[in-house]
Amino acid sequence: MEGRRMQRFDKLPGTVEVSAESTAALLRELVAHLRENRTQLREEWVRRIAESKLLAAMTREEIFAEATSVYDNYVAVLESGSVEALQAYARDLSERIIPRGVETHEVVGIVLLLRDVLARSLFKKYQSDFGLLNRVLDAYEPAANRIANTVAVSFVQERERIIRQQQEAIRELSTPVLQVRERLLILPIIGVIDPQRARQVTEQLLRGIRANRAKVVVIDITGVPSVDSTVANHLVQTVDASRLMGATVIVTGLSSEIAQTLVTIGVDLSKMKTVGDLQGGIEEAERLLGYKVMMEQTADKLP
Amino acid sequence: MRVPILKQGGYLIASIQSALSDQDLLQLRDDLAEQAGRFRSRGIIIDVTVLDIMDSFACRTLRSIAHILRLRGAETAIVGIQPEVAFAMVQLGLALGEVQTALDLEEGLALLNQRTQLGNAGEK
Repeated sequence: MEGRRMQRFDKLPGTVEVSAESTAALLRELVAHLRENRTQLREEWVRRIAESKLLAAMTREEIFAEATSVYDNYVAVLESGSVEALQAYARDLSERIIPRGVETHEVVGIVLLLRDVLARSLFKKYQSDFGLLNRVLDAYEPAANRIANTVAVSFVQERERIIRQQQEAIRELSTPVLQVRERLLILPIIGVIDPQRARQVTEQLLRGIRANRAKVVVIDITGVPSVDSTVANHLVQTVDASRLMGATVIVTGLSSEIAQTLVTIGVDLSKMKTVGDLQGGIEEAERLLGYKVMMEQTADKLP
Repeated sequence: MRVPILKQGGYLIASIQSALSDQDLLQLRDDLAEQAGRFRSRGIIIDVTVLDIMDSFACRTLRSIAHILRLRGAETAIVGIQPEVAFAMVQLGLALGEVQTALDLEEGLALLNQRTQLGNAGEK
């Protein structure tokens, strides 16, 4: 078993090498052809892009400038055929193009158009010798397809990376735990709560309770657009967990719609202390902590 | 491992030092019930700071300890539940019911002072 596998491995590299050599020679030749006819082919490509109404977000001059650099890089990658160069090229392309609001289908579309334009020019050049044309296309097609493939994949990857980065940023922004007085924390929640975020909010709050030695926490949900039974249960869990750490939770900012929904779906919030708005919640918390806030009588002192 | 129980004025402080087996928990229950009567304690603090797991048996035993001690005339406070433990407990639906909880020993003492109307640290 082991011996047979070894044999197969011995054979494979040899055949690849032979065909790789002739492919490399053909690729060299066609790269030279593409360099020679650069101006004309590039123009043809830009015309085809405009015709297909791709890259609508960019002006004609921008498209031309992009096309020039994309063309040169494309030919360079065809010539070297190295995966690193290809990936760097694709990454560079997506980094420049994504901020301009270009869609995935457009990027794939222009790369495929370039492939077709170049293939046509090869047809024209080698049409007299069908055998040679065949071999040139054999060399050209896999390389061109690999470029299109890698560009598409890395464009999507780049886009996903940006989305992940932004999600991370939103998540970090969205749940501040703030101390307003000694032993009093507020936690304003803004935006939609999904299970993952609810979990994160709870963990952050519990850590905040320990770090600030909080006794009272005011959770303000004025900024939460809607509450369903899942979110309500998360709230109940947060309240229970905080209580286990010796902190009282006051929930504020339940709008009339949310209050009605909660009553309709029958969530048991009886264990929760609720106050109408954030101001009322902080006042209640101050009362629990024994603070007394008084307005200074400044009216007499004014001139 | 047996949990050391310290007497501090009118209070007893059970300071858990390591993870407890079910047997240890029952031992703790018996010790507290016995000593609360012997020292005429008004308040009990159980410090669970070192525990990184609280299972259903532990929760039930702590609840029953609080209940037993209430019958013996003492208030119980559980102190030092870690954030991760608290979160896991509510996720698993484990509750301590009406048992008092506090952030740490200091808070627990303050809580008991308030609940039992005794002076500092249970001095009679």
